[in-house]
Amino acid sequence: MHALFTVFGKEFLENLRDRRTLLSALLFGPLFGPLLFGLMVSRMLNQSVVESDEPLRITLSGGEHAPGLTRYLESQGVKLSVENLSETEARAAVHGGRAQVVVIIPKEFAARFIAATPAPVLLVADSTDSQTRKIADRARNILGAYASSIAQLRLQARGVNPLLAAPVAVNDVDVATPTGRAVVVLGFMTYFVLFAVLMGGLYLAIDSTAGERERGSLEALLSLPVPRSSLVGGKILATCAYMCISLALSLTAFVCVFRFVPLERLGMSANLNPGTALIFFAICLPFVPLGAALMTFVASFTRSYREAQTYLTAVLLVPTLPIAFASIYSLKTRSALMFIPSLSQHLLMTSVLKDEPIAALDVWVSAGASLAAALLLMVLTARHWRRETMLG
Amino acid sequence: MIEAKNLSKRFGAVEAVRDISFVARDGEITGILGANGAGKSTCLRMLYGVLTPDSGLACIDGMDIGGETSKARAHLGVLPHAAGLYGNLTARENIHYFGSLQGVGGERLASRTAELVGILGMESFIERRAKGFSQGQRIKTALARALIHDPGNIVLDEPTNGLDVMAIRNLREMLLALKAQGRCVLFSSHVMQEVAALCDRVVIIGHGRVLADATVQSIRERSGAPTLEEAFLQVLGDGAGVS
Repeated sequence: MHALFTVFGKEFLENLRDRRTLLSALLFGPLFGPLLFGLMVSRMLNQSVVESDEPLRITLSGGEHAPGLTRYLESQGVKLSVENLSETEARAAVHGGRAQVVVIIPKEFAARFIAATPAPVLLVADSTDSQTRKIADRARNILGAYASSIAQLRLQARGVNPLLAAPVAVNDVDVATPTGRAVVVLGFMTYFVLFAVLMGGLYLAIDSTAGERERGSLEALLSLPVPRSSLVGGKILATCAYMCISLALSLTAFVCVFRFVPLERLGMSANLNPGTALIFFAICLPFVPLGAALMTFVASFTRSYREAQTYLTAVLLVPTLPIAFASIYSLKTRSALMFIPSLSQHLLMTSVLKDEPIAALDVWVSAGASLAAALLLMVLTARHWRRETMLG
Repeated sequence: MIEAKNLSKRFGAVEAVRDISFVARDGEITGILGANGAGKSTCLRMLYGVLTPDSGLACIDGMDIGGETSKARAHLGVLPHAAGLYGNLTARENIHYFGSLQGVGGERLASRTAELVGILGMESFIERRAKGFSQGQRIKTALARALIHDPGNIVLDEPTNGLDVMAIRNLREMLLALKAQGRCVLFSSHVMQEVAALCDRVVIIGHGRVLADATVQSIRERSGAPTLEEAFLQVLGDGAGVS
């Protein structure tokens, strides 16, 4: 036990003096997620502001054939730029980005309109661009509203109740709560938290195994009268310590970002404050020894720093697999899923974000499964360290 | 006292060490001489217990390193071929780390470190981080690290590799001092002069076998060669003894 803490102390101190470890554990790992998240939400916010507040701008060609429609558009606050374009010219204009949406009213419009047969209107837009698609949708809605108001007037003029033409009235009932809607956006936040955990221990796991071999200190260490399990235990414990620091920093950063990002303006709210951040920390804590043991285990098989880096970068992606699987099949929190590390932490954190109650049993199963996997990996690592091949 | 009793070791198809036996006694310096690849390192690694022999025993002060590993290792100081230091730790921290793992603590660790710093002349760099150390400073720190628990037996694998003349001379004095204190010193080398100048006994290894085990004087006399180098070549025969 004494040896284990000696190894822990040395690894902790040595890596505290290593710039690479500090950058990945204290800066890049924990802050990458929250910053990216803040940027993304801000951008979404800007886009939705563009949508609702800005007046609709469309290019109108042939407005003189439909003065009523033109007046209606203007009365709806649409900014019209009048230009005389043929269909081909309009296509080229939209394609070249000179105009976003072009409405063409052909010559026959007036005659058809008077004859009460469907009068054609051309809406030229590019649907691959999400921004233009939204503008085209708004234009289509306004044109639709004009058409139905004309239809009602025509029916009334013929002495028919216009309600006859509306046999079904569809009413939207959206059950998405503001928190529920936010979860779609926040879904990947949980991955960033787990990512921060792994990043925190990445370089220590490499340095204490492949690094030890590369700098030639391994053989001297292995010739000491210390059980290999103590060496491995101390190294994993030090990796855990850095992972905990990284986790704490990451959660703190997320709480700060959530303070400054006005989620309510997107019609969302998230249950993330210092109190729930502590719950997140507790939920992720059993994942820490698992991550540390996994990284140390993988790194123990590598011969050099570079090789270890290659393999451990792949390990960084391991926790995404269950999370991605769960979101593809939209799995809901279920007790059976609590046996899968990383997925169970993801589901529990999501529940907390949604302000849903979480079952105590689920928390215990999640923690127990992660810790059991961690223990197994530690035993396997210690066994590998007892082999002669460790010397390389 | 370090004893090799019928040690054998093979790696796949290669028989690295075949039935090696010898004794390195207290108060003597024993040299293992052999060409590169002759099996010196494999043999030493079995003696300090990081390799398990396929057959045979390695004993430190009568204790089997395979059975009473921890007890035997407490009597043994090791300077492996690759004696890397932790660059982000100071020389003192490097030494203390190993001392602490050897179970040396508190007062004794401090006084023993001070003693070694004095003997090895490490005053100028003891508080410096090991990152930029010269080869000589590195060897001194590694040696201090190996001797921190005051072991009765010392194994060194090619300790003079990469050292300059001054550093080699320092090391030689150090080994003689250890011998004078009654310790058992066992080191490997492929440099003849070094062995001739230092050793009381020489074990010549070739093709993974002991080819000669005697005093420097008697090896020379037996082969009738004027220098140890000549004698060495005669003992090896052709092929330089590499397996």
